[in-house]
Amino acid sequence: MIEFISQPWAWYVSGPMLALVMILLLWAGGEFGVSSTLRTLCAMGGAGKKVPFFNFDWQKQIWNIVFIIGAMLGGFIAANFLTNPQPLVLSSATIADLNKVGIPFNGELAPMTLFSWSKLLTVKGFCVLVVGGFLVGFGARWAGGCTSGHAISGLSNLQLPSLIAVIGFFIGGLIMTHLLFPLIF
Amino acid sequence: MKLIKFLLIGILFGIIMTKSEVISWYRIQEMFRFQSFHMYGIIGSALVIGLIATFFFKRNAIRDIEGNLIAFRDKNYSIPRYLFGGIIFGLGWALSGACPGPMYTLVGNGFTVFLVVIASALLGTLCYGLLRKHLPH
Repeated sequence: MIEFISQPWAWYVSGPMLALVMILLLWAGGEFGVSSTLRTLCAMGGAGKKVPFFNFDWQKQIWNIVFIIGAMLGGFIAANFLTNPQPLVLSSATIADLNKVGIPFNGELAPMTLFSWSKLLTVKGFCVLVVGGFLVGFGARWAGGCTSGHAISGLSNLQLPSLIAVIGFFIGGLIMTHLLFPLIF
Repeated sequence: MKLIKFLLIGILFGIIMTKSEVISWYRIQEMFRFQSFHMYGIIGSALVIGLIATFFFKRNAIRDIEGNLIAFRDKNYSIPRYLFGGIIFGLGWALSGACPGPMYTLVGNGFTVFLVVIASALLGTLCYGLLRKHLPH
């Protein structure tokens, strides 16, 4: 059983399971939207005293903070007890494309040449970790949600704004991947 | 005690994020290069099930654990907010290879450097809060 679930999960397993998370959250009295935890964390840190956007009843959002603590624990459990010994199977076209911009692939989840503490103060490391994170946080709040809130919850509820946001996600992602990557890397 | 179920749902979410490899920077690159169906299959199939579930939730066929009806609010219509915000988000998603769910999950996976990504995302959220009045919504 453990061996069976330790394999990488196919899309037709992962997608429905993700929908199950959304359903369980709704059933438990929450909703599926991860980026709003960033706003809650800012409010918990006292940002509401200076910035009205963070002056809200954040205690009502504690369930979502508990949810992301769970996500970290889930990541820990999966990485330590449901480990897949095989390297990541990546499309050969992607491997070739990334090689062209000097990003190697060795079967890990993320390129260690960028995602490690020792690379934090290099130009490329700073870009992926600090600039990347900043844009995600800023953009998610401006758009009022991220992949979970818009692409899954919002589109499931047939929200036109969510469709516009998802189109925006792809415009941004395609610009970064195809136009800016060759300049940064 | 009510919070325990959110912890358990979160654990399930973290395991799904990891085992589906959605947390992989490389998988996000594959998606934005249209070189694999994996990510599209995940989002697409989640959406199909999500649409069906939301349909029944809205018909009040399913109530939440406390017997309350589940309220769905319609989002206010606007183009600039969702388009510009979405584009900024997409730029960051492709660069860091992580949207907020994976950021947290990656820390649990032992990629502690993602604490920096989370801190930066918090800073981005804070800056949005500061600049909010000046941005089109």
